[in-house]
Order: sequence, then structure tokens, then C-alpha cells
Amino acid sequence: MAPISSKTDKPKDTGGAMRHLISYIFEYKISLISAVILAVFGNILALAGPAVSGKAIDVIGLGGGRVDFDKVFFYVAILVCIYIVAGIMTYSLSVIMIRLGRNVSRKMRQEVFDKLTKLPVGYFDTHQTGDIISRVSYDIDVVNTSVSADITQVITSIITVAGSFGMMLFISRKLVLVVLVTLPASIIYTRYMTGKTRPLFRRRSKKYGELNGYTEEMFSGQKTVQAYAKEENIISKFDIINTSAADAYYEADYYGAIIGPSVGFINNISLALVAIAGSVLYLNNMTGIGQISSFILYSRKFSGPVNEIANMYNEILSALAAAERVFNFLDEEEEVTDRQGAVELKEVKGEIDFKNVCFGYNKTKNIIEDFNLKVSPGQVVAIVGPTGAGKTTLINLLMRFYDVCGGQILLDGIDIRDIKRDDLRKSFTMVLQDTWLFGGTIAENIAYGKPDASREDIERAAKSARISFYVNNMRDKYDTVITEDAGNLSKGQKQLMTIARAMLVDSKILILDEATSNVDTHTEKQIQKAMLELMKDKTCFIIAHRLSTIENADIILVIKDGKVAEQGSHRELMEKKGEYHNMYMAQYN
Amino acid sequence: MKLMLKYMSPYRLRIAVTILFKFAAVIFELLIPYILETMIDVAAPAKDVKRICIYGVIMVLCAVAAFLLNITANRMATKTARDSIKEVRGDLFSKTMYLCGDDFDDVTLPSLISRMTSDSYNVQSFLGMIQRMGVRAPIILAGGIAVACSMDMGLTLILVCMVPVLFSVIIFISKKGIPLFRRVQEKVDNVVRVMRENISGIRVIKALSMTEYEKERFGRANDMLTDEDIHAGEVMALPNPVMNLFLNLGLTCVILVGAYRVNAGVMKTGVILAFLTYFNIIIMAVMGVNRIFISYSKAGASADRIQEVLECSESLKQKEINSDGALKANTNKSGKSDYMIEFDDVSIKKMGLSGVSFKVRRGGTLGIIGATGCGKTTVLNLMMRFYDVDAGRVLIDGNDVREMGLKDLRSRFGVVFQNDMIFNDTIYENISFGRDLDINDVRRAAADANIAGFIEGLEEKYNYTAAIKGMNLSGGQRQRILIARALAGKPDIIVLDDASSALDYRTDAGIRAKLLDGYTGIVKVVIAQRVSSVMNMDNIIVMDEGKIIGSGTHDKLLAECGLYRGLFRLQMGEVQG
Repeated sequence: MAPISSKTDKPKDTGGAMRHLISYIFEYKISLISAVILAVFGNILALAGPAVSGKAIDVIGLGGGRVDFDKVFFYVAILVCIYIVAGIMTYSLSVIMIRLGRNVSRKMRQEVFDKLTKLPVGYFDTHQTGDIISRVSYDIDVVNTSVSADITQVITSIITVAGSFGMMLFISRKLVLVVLVTLPASIIYTRYMTGKTRPLFRRRSKKYGELNGYTEEMFSGQKTVQAYAKEENIISKFDIINTSAADAYYEADYYGAIIGPSVGFINNISLALVAIAGSVLYLNNMTGIGQISSFILYSRKFSGPVNEIANMYNEILSALAAAERVFNFLDEEEEVTDRQGAVELKEVKGEIDFKNVCFGYNKTKNIIEDFNLKVSPGQVVAIVGPTGAGKTTLINLLMRFYDVCGGQILLDGIDIRDIKRDDLRKSFTMVLQDTWLFGGTIAENIAYGKPDASREDIERAAKSARISFYVNNMRDKYDTVITEDAGNLSKGQKQLMTIARAMLVDSKILILDEATSNVDTHTEKQIQKAMLELMKDKTCFIIAHRLSTIENADIILVIKDGKVAEQGSHRELMEKKGEYHNMYMAQYN
Repeated sequence: MKLMLKYMSPYRLRIAVTILFKFAAVIFELLIPYILETMIDVAAPAKDVKRICIYGVIMVLCAVAAFLLNITANRMATKTARDSIKEVRGDLFSKTMYLCGDDFDDVTLPSLISRMTSDSYNVQSFLGMIQRMGVRAPIILAGGIAVACSMDMGLTLILVCMVPVLFSVIIFISKKGIPLFRRVQEKVDNVVRVMRENISGIRVIKALSMTEYEKERFGRANDMLTDEDIHAGEVMALPNPVMNLFLNLGLTCVILVGAYRVNAGVMKTGVILAFLTYFNIIIMAVMGVNRIFISYSKAGASADRIQEVLECSESLKQKEINSDGALKANTNKSGKSDYMIEFDDVSIKKMGLSGVSFKVRRGGTLGIIGATGCGKTTVLNLMMRFYDVDAGRVLIDGNDVREMGLKDLRSRFGVVFQNDMIFNDTIYENISFGRDLDINDVRRAAADANIAGFIEGLEEKYNYTAAIKGMNLSGGQRQRILIARALAGKPDIIVLDDASSALDYRTDAGIRAKLLDGYTGIVKVVIAQRVSSVMNMDNIIVMDEGKIIGSGTHDKLLAECGLYRGLFRLQMGEVQG
């Protein structure tokens, strides 16, 4: 039974993964108990079958003309009953185990997903999407297969093994000594091999993750690759990753494939030893021939399931490695949780105060240094400056996608780190540079920030965002399903959709990040009107390169190299003839 | 099945040896209990110590032989599985990379990803398993049947009667199983889709505090997958007990028939006993075969899904030179047409484009402007042949694009798409993009795209690694790197599709000036929303609802085209206001 014992595993976190996995399974106690009961009775029936047919044959054994058919029919009837009950039990056992396995994986999938929503946004900038997905589509699937199939095997095996061992003890303690020599050999061997192969299986899971990561990236960029006719380069790079994944698979299995036959070998040796020892005992008149026969019978029954489990050991190891990857992901550092006593926001006025804010994405280099800005409710702040100057960073800090390294940001006089994050974010409406739509109807996409919005609300929002014309031209109108990545919409249309989405959400602070840059000027003009309405009574932060859209801002911030180079109204800055003036004039050239 | 056979067949010999080894190993394994019996039944009672020892040694030798054969066979099986799945994955990957727009849209991206990951894994596990486990059960089944048949014809008849039942169960599995598991895999696609959406939209989701909603959405996809998986599992768990029951009923029949035959004196009781023993062995073997078929249906469903992609028609294959003389009339095969790009009454219904005609001279410039969704990008898609036209034709350098090699066609372009990709690689690689460009060319392109200053300011310069989807770069930096990519390869045609949306006016204007001055002789196509981006082009086409409603120079359009004039006034007004 060594192979499945968690205590025998050497590497530190192996036991962890095993215990963790078992804790998932133990949540389904009722299923597990019923499975054990079914397995016990199934085994009893399996033993009863041959016994009853033996009885029937005894009756038949009376020979020609003297067979008592009543008794034969009786036994046959019992047999049929046994087989039907056994069949039902087998099926119930499989159903229970299938449900258990699938529910365990459902739970794991959900936890991976829940985790995903708790990770800081920066995590996704450094981890391949495909690698994360692969934990759900590959790793959990491996665990799933193993849980349903292997656990059933283990449960039924435990009973057979324990029963046989008991019988062996009962028949001959001396012969059991022989088994006690080979059994530890199996245990030590599997322990040794586990230590040796586990890193290989871990590597194999990791390689598959890399393979899937690369696949996702390249499939997403397929059109670009085609445009540059660089399919061959990408494919040859894939070949390298593919080969190394295939080799990792082979290496793990190369060693893993020894375990099954080795345990089988040890068992066969044990059988030979038992036979020899038994014969010696018999020769010395210490035991009868019948006892040896039945002892051998039971030791074969004993070693059968052990062999089977040893043969599945590969799968168990790879399931453990896969489970480990899932658990590792679940252990990733989460977005800082709300501070104790974090305030709930009820009424938001919309006053923002940046005080000596410092920030850098990596600890060594600050992008923003000693930044100060006070915005009164209802003011419009326009942030301009060359790309990469840190404009988006300000938004990241406001929304707490990242926390400041120094200084503080106050909303209505409260440090935003002391506000419940959900409340903080809900007090903003944001239209981002990267439009984001999901597979679903247009109505669902527009109502995303306000799921209880009525159809009228949605249509009104669409109308103000000037998207209703396109939508009404579609066959299913607002029920038109858009695909993921919204391939059937142009970038401009996507932009309009996200604006419509923002229109529905009623919050006190508005953030527009280059939101109108993908909309044609004609549309933009119309949006501006709607936007002005949307901006009413709201504190607004606008990042845009269209100077015309920000001329009317209360405060214009010209950001350069993370510092405010200039600050003031349009008129003040134009009179200053500095950076802003230069940028403004560039439009005419 | 076709797929698996095809990819296994190169390893026929290795597989044959694997099976042979497995076969031999099974024989050795079966020999052990046989020797054991002889030892206990014959040698021990005879108190023949020497024979006991000899038998013991033989047993150990058999064990060693089985051990060695099993390990070798297992390793060979793994090797075959590795090699064939590597090729499946390789072919699937390259096929996907070459897939045309239509097919890509049909299969969808999440499904392609899960075919590559989840489905290929299913096939792989089966390939390994079938070779390892698929030998023992059939051998024992065949052996068991052979021995049973030789014992008593009457009882064998019962066995024969069981065959149709077994076969129908197996047919049931293969018929029912594949579609069942197929549905499971489709639900996997769904789960992948929701996950991808969430990862790419994580900022929006967090900004709107919609994580609870998203959890529910994922929960639904997850539940659907679980339910479908449970359903498939439950149906596929049925054949096992059913077959077992039937076989066991057959076994009781053996007892009954045996009883009559013994009673009639045509058979001995011992035969029933022996027959039952073999019948039990046969049952075990049938169960083993059954398991193989169940795993097969899961792998089969996945293999079919992979096969579908591999079989996608190569609808964009280079056409045979058309025999239609009319079509060839203008085609100058040597590629010395006066025009680099010609659209000749082009329509494509799916994309809503109709009757589009225009020409661009060598070294000429073209601006395409129009409202959102008017079909501007479709023109680009047709130019590069991501889709085929329904009517009319597209000529590049005097050749119909359908008659050109795709690679030849596309390597003439340097392009920036609307939603273009920065890859997780160095900046040099992102610009060079597998073309092994000289670092000086890359530098020049970066300078022209006004990004060189930024790159040179980085510690690692061109070896700076862009994060996944370029997330460590700002929107404007990403766009300028993409422009550098388009400029770097000395293309014949440069196309920028809304490539300056994240750039401020000054940067945009600077890049445009560089483009017009420094890239003479190269055709430049700019697709834009801003009049200022296209007003200096030789020719500008104004599009609306999939049609060209005006074309000509800036001045001509101002005079003739109402929409253009409107756009221009709006913008000028904007600037002045």
C-alpha cells in the first residue's frame, strides 16, 4: 500500500499537495462513506458468487440422472440475484466516484477562477494567459481523471488487500514473514522512486504550461504573424517548446514506467519465495499442502491490487504534480486586502487630493515623484503629456490597481487605502484605453456595470453614445451576440460600446483614458455633447491627446517624466508659451 | 481514429515490437502461477528438493524476464506516444497559424486553444495507455476463448450467443461515447473563453467591481462543464456493469446447461468447473477491453476535434492561373504594372463591402477615411488576402492576389493592425519579427517611428523584454514599436490602420512626415479617422457603409465630397474652437 501513502513522499511540499487534495475529497464524506460501503458489499458479493456456483456444481456433481434440478434452479436464481445486485452496486459506486471526481474538479476550477479575480492586475502582465488557463484546462483535468479512477481502485483494493492479509495471517504466520521481507522492499523502492520522479513530473506539468502559454499568445496574434508571413519562424520556435514538452513527458514516464513492473517483480519474487518456503515447511512436516495452496491463493489476491496501483502510479504522480500547480496558483499573493476598519463609502462628493505621491512599478525606479494635486468636486482635470510620461499610472493609483510607495491619495478626505476597495472602485466610472467586451449580447455588454438596467436604460445609453444606429442595423439588434475579442466590431464601435457602458453607471468620478481617440471626428463631436452631460456634477480625469476636448478643463496637467511640468487652465498655459503651447501649436502642422 | 492511426503509423515497427514484448511479458507472467502449481502439486508432495529449487529459480527467471520486457515495452510505448503526439501538436499548431480568417472565426480562438491543450492531452493519454494496457486483455480474451471452446461444444455455444450482446455494447460505446465527450470538450471551450475574457478585461472588471458577477458567470460555465462531464461519465459507466451482468448470466446458463448435460451423461462435472474458471477469466478480459473502448471514445472525440482543424479547407490556396482570358487581360505577370494596388469592382458580402474600385501607383500614397465601421479595415483584409472576394478582384503589383503565393504576397507588406500584438520578447525581436533584420535597419525604423529615444534610454536598449501583450509599455510606446515593425523590413507597401490612435498630434505628424519623406518608392496606405492623418496623401478615398463615396486629393474632396467636407470642418472647427 506504500505507493499511495502520503507520508512516504520525500519532497517537502509533496505531502502538502497530497494533503491538500485529500482535504478536497474529504469534503464529500457521505459519498466517500457510501463508496466504501458499496465497495465492501461488492467484494462480499464477488466472493459469494463463486461460492454459490460451487454449491450448484456440488449438486450437479451427483452425476448422470441424479441431478436435483430444483436445487440447481434455486442456486441459479440466487446467482442471478447476486449478479443483478452486484451490477447495481458497481454502477452506483462508479456514479458516486464520477460525481465526486467531477465535483472536486469543479470546486478547484472555481477556486482558480476566484483566485484570478483576487490577484493584483500586475500579475497578468508577467504571467502568460495560456499558462493560467492551462491550469484549468489541463492540470485540473489530470487531477479529475485520477480522482475518479484511482480512488475507486484504491478503495476496493484496500479491502481486498486487508482481507487477504488477514487470511494469510490466519493460515500461516511463518509464511507471512516472507511477505514481510518483500513488502518493505516495495515500500522503500516506491519511496525512493517517488523522490526521484516527482521533480520530473513537476517539470512536465511546467513544460505543458509553457507550451500552452506560447500557444495562446501566438494564436491570439495569428493575424499579425500571417501579415508578416512569419508562420514558419513561429512554428519553428513552437517546435522547440513542443519538443521540450514532449521530452519532459517522456523523461517523467521513462522513470515512472519502471515503478509498475518493479513492484510486480518484487511481488513475483515474493510469490516464488513463498512457494519455496512453503515447500520447505511442508518437507519438514510443519504445514499441510492444502494450507500452502490457499496461502498462495491469498498472496496472489494480495499482490494483484498492489500491482494494479503500482501500474497507476504514473498517473497518481502526474495528478499530484498537476494538483501542485493548481495549489501553487492558489497560493499566489493576492491584492492587499482591505485594511481593518476600512470605511464604507456612502455619499461620495468627489474630492481628490494627491499628497506627496511617489510611485514606481519596480522598487528601484520611481515613475512618479512627489506629486501633488487637489481637485474639488465637479472639476475637470485634463492630463496631457507625451506617451510614457506616467499618465496611465496616475489612474492605476487612483483605482488602487497599484498602491502608492510614498505619500497618500485622499478621496473626500479619506486615505483611499482606508476605504473598502469595492466601494472605492464603484465611485469611479472608467473608460479605458483598451476596450473590453465579452462574448454575450450587446445589451449585456452595455449593462455590464449595472446588471439591473432596464432595456430602456440600455437603449438610452446606446443612443447617447451614438451606437444605437449601428446596433439597430444589426439583425438581432440589442440581442446580437458579439464574439470574444469582438471580432465582428471595429475598434471604434467597441469604443462606443464601452462609452455606452460608462453612461449607465452613475458615479461621482469619471476617468476617460484616451477614450475618444479611436472614434472618428464626426462621431467624436456627437459623443462630446453626450459626454458633457455625463460629466455634469462629476469630478473628471481625462487623458486625451485631442487638445480640443480638454481646452475647457478646469485644470490641465502637463506631465513629463513623472512630474507635473505645467499646471493651469488653457488660457494660462497658452500665455505661458511653454510645453503645452508647443503641443497645441503642433496640431496645425 | 483516423487521426490516431495516421500519426501512429510511422512507428508501426516500434509498436509491433512493443506489442511483441508485452505479449512475451504476459506469457512469462502467466507462467509463474503455472510453475507454482506444478511445484506445489507435484514437486512438494514428491519431496523432491532439487526440483523445488529448480522451479524456484525458473520462477525468478520468469519474473526477471517479465520485468525487463515490461519496462522496455512501457518505455517504447511512451516514446511512440511522445513522438506521435508531438507531431499532432506540431501539425495542429502550424495548421492554426496558417488558418484563413473564415475558418479561424468559425472555430473561434478559445476553441482552438483548448483543442491544442486539452484535446491533444486526451489523445496523448490514450496513445500511451492503449499500448501499455491494450495487449494483456485481448491476449487473455483470445486465449480464454480458445481454451473454453476446446472443452465442450455445447457450453461454447452459450459463449457464442454472448458475442452479439458484447458487440452491441461496444458499438453502443463508440456510437454514444464520442458525441458525449465531444460535448464535454465544447464546454471546456466555454470555460477557456470566460477565463480569457476575464484575464484580458481584468482592469475593467475590477474598476466596475464586477468580480462577483464574473464569478457567477464562470460558475455557470463551470457547472455546465461539470454536468456534461458527469453525464458523459455516467453513461459511459453503464456498459461495464451491463456487460458484466450479461456475462454472469451467461455463466449461470453454463451451470444450467451443464446440469442438463451432466444429467444426460454427456459431460463430466469437472468440465463445468474448468469452463467456469475460464469464463471468469474471459469476463475479466472483456472488462479490460471495455475500458479501452471507453478511453477510446474520450480520445476519439478529441481526435475528431483536432482532425477538423487539420482538415480545414485551404480555401486561400494559390489559385491555378485562371484560364479565363478576360481575367488575365490586365495581368502583367512580370509584375511591371504601373499600379501597385488595384481594386477592381470588389465586393464581399460577409463584410458588407460592395463595388470598391481604386488604384495606387508605385510609390504612391493612399488615405482611407470614413466613419467607424464603414469597411476601411475590410479593404486592408482583402489586400492582404485574409479573406477572398465574392466578386471583382484585387491586384497587387499587377497580379491577382489569388494567383500569388500567400507568403510572396504578404511579405510585400509592412502593416500595423488596429488591435496589433506586441509579443513577449525583446524589443529587437518585436521589430525584426523573425525577419533577422540588421540591427541598423531596426534602429532606423525605430528612429523613424519616434521610439528610438525611448529604447536607447533603456538599460538593455533593444534587448529590453516587452512583457506579455506589451503591458510594461504605454499605449503610445506599443503603437510606435508596431509602426517600427511595419517600417523595418523594406516592404513594398506600408499600411497603417488607425496606428496612431494613442499618439499625440505632434508625434503622429512627425512620424507621418518621416514616412512621406524617407520612404519614397514605397506605397503608403493610411487608414484613419482624422482628416489630418490623410490630407497629404496623393489620393484619398472616403468610405461609407461599405462603398466608396468619394475619392481624390484633399482639395478635390473638399470641393466635391460632402461627408469629407463635413469631417474636415468638424476638425478644423475643433482646432479653432
